[in-house]
Amino acid sequence: MADADSALDVLVIIVVGVVALGFPFVASGYHIYQGAQVLIFAVALLGLNLLTGFNGQISLGHGAFFAIGGYGAAILITKFGLPYWAAIPLASIACFVAGFLFGFPALRFGGLYLALATFALAVATPQILSYKGFDAFTGGSQGLTLMKPHAPFGIGLNADQWLYLVCLAWAAVLYWAARNLVRGRIGRGLVAIRDQPIAAETMGINAALYKTTCFGVSALYAGVAGGLSAIAVGFVSPESFGLPLSLAFLVGIVVGGLGSLGGALFGALFIEFVPNIADQLTVNFGEGAKALPGAIYGVLLILVMAALPTGVAGAVRAAARAFAPSRQAKIEKSGGVNVAASYGGKEESP
Amino acid sequence: MGEFLHQLASGLALGGVYAIMALALVMIYQATHLINFAQGEMAMFSTYFAWKLMDLGEPYWFAFFATVVASFIGGVVIERLIVRPFANAPILASVIVFIGLSLIFNSLAGWLYGYSVTSFDSPFTGRPWFGAGYMSAHEAGAVLVTLCVLALVYAFFRFTPLGLAMRAAAQNPVSSRLVGIRVGWMLAIGWGLAAAIGSVAGMMAAPIVYLDPNMMGGVLLYAFAGAVLGGIDNPFGAVFGGIAVGVLGNLIGAYVVGDEVKLSVALAIIIAVLVWRPSGLFGRRLVARV
Repeated sequence: MADADSALDVLVIIVVGVVALGFPFVASGYHIYQGAQVLIFAVALLGLNLLTGFNGQISLGHGAFFAIGGYGAAILITKFGLPYWAAIPLASIACFVAGFLFGFPALRFGGLYLALATFALAVATPQILSYKGFDAFTGGSQGLTLMKPHAPFGIGLNADQWLYLVCLAWAAVLYWAARNLVRGRIGRGLVAIRDQPIAAETMGINAALYKTTCFGVSALYAGVAGGLSAIAVGFVSPESFGLPLSLAFLVGIVVGGLGSLGGALFGALFIEFVPNIADQLTVNFGEGAKALPGAIYGVLLILVMAALPTGVAGAVRAAARAFAPSRQAKIEKSGGVNVAASYGGKEESP
Repeated sequence: MGEFLHQLASGLALGGVYAIMALALVMIYQATHLINFAQGEMAMFSTYFAWKLMDLGEPYWFAFFATVVASFIGGVVIERLIVRPFANAPILASVIVFIGLSLIFNSLAGWLYGYSVTSFDSPFTGRPWFGAGYMSAHEAGAVLVTLCVLALVYAFFRFTPLGLAMRAAAQNPVSSRLVGIRVGWMLAIGWGLAAAIGSVAGMMAAPIVYLDPNMMGGVLLYAFAGAVLGGIDNPFGAVFGGIAVGVLGNLIGAYVVGDEVKLSVALAIIIAVLVWRPSGLFGRRLVARV
């Protein structure tokens, strides 16, 4: 866990930040669009990781909150004429409320039941979105089309570059917020609830409040991502928010690293580019390649849980530690928290 | 009235499929206290196996029983190779592994058989001899098959030594091991049985929902709803729940909200049950000792 404010951590953040900021000025149109998609996914993964990775509440249905953000923003823009920069915060607040409300019944479900309920939510989402009663707002199965925003004040940026920078700003702010959240008292509370729920309550942590709020915040992240995605793609339709999207988010946090914020970037790169590369393979290998992303996702989910429960971020961290043993490493060696055991590592049976 | 009875009857037939599926879920839940999210895709894959056999010219019932046996073996192998290593892992790891399994089966079916929707023959043709004209021949046959499966499963667990050993292993693994039951193998057989039972559900569902790699999504969701409604640790409850949500889903879909949001009915049932009665109608209330 990134608790110690090591020089290496700061260095990595600065390098990633500089690369991300410079990217739209060297890359071409479509690649900038893909970069924006990666940032959008990263925001959604940050949110899901707060909920599932840090707080241990399993959500298989975060595509639904992504959808609320996307549709919320699209409806506010097209039906109510709001500017995009105002629509996204409003839509994400709606997501916070939705997540908070879903978090209430979730308190009564154990981990498994929550997985089940959110799975059901993910499966049902496209049907709810295309429900005839909401046609006037949602455009039914046709969806809604949006205009791409242009850079303001005559800044010499094209629409793709501007959009990328908007996404980058959101991602940076939300990463910063999540980092502060998990490194403080609240973050330790969330982790304590995940690992030792009873002990956590005994220590005076209000588990119900923490869990519902965490659900709300996590949904808010997904909502921001959904809103940004609606604007970036310029289109929302029910079919794009189904179970595959929710499962892709799960794949993203598992591959990137459960309980690691930096992992969101790895996860986002992964779920953006694996389907993309598979699409290109379709040209060479025909229809069969359509099955490739699912197969890769499935195999990786199992392999990562078996061999690398802390994901890519955990592996990178371990590698960095091997080269430069820091204070943090020494703490962990001398009986600190064993992160691996919290997710997939073997636990001693009582 | 005739329309209502027709909806009721086809709800019963679908409910039978959900009930079998819910029974498969309960079988794994009882032994391991986990919900197998891959159950639907496993059943779908089994159904494709049956379709392939028939495509190669085998008669229906040969394909049917060959598929059940193959699914049983497949289930045992999956438990031994993939599920076993995570036996002591936290719930989150198991859920992720099950989701991984379901993705693998889904894409494997897409790769082997393609994504186009295929029809799947029913062995039951002509006029149904029960259901009084409100059921199609296949629906009547599916109800019959459901009843057979339920009777067989009941007889297996009630009257055979192996069934008894499995119940013992599920209820009290430590003591069972002490009296010489190989608990690990009982779990593997449980997975095999669940896969076999699921394959029957798949083959009964396929003529209704048609065959494609995503065919079991709705069925699995309704089976979840059924299992939760009846109580996920109680086989009778799950069967009752499965049939109940089949009928309920059909009637609400037809008369209240419209068929195109039928999946949301299952979602609503799941959430309502979990909020008001998390143990289901017939489930045991879970009490944790602190």
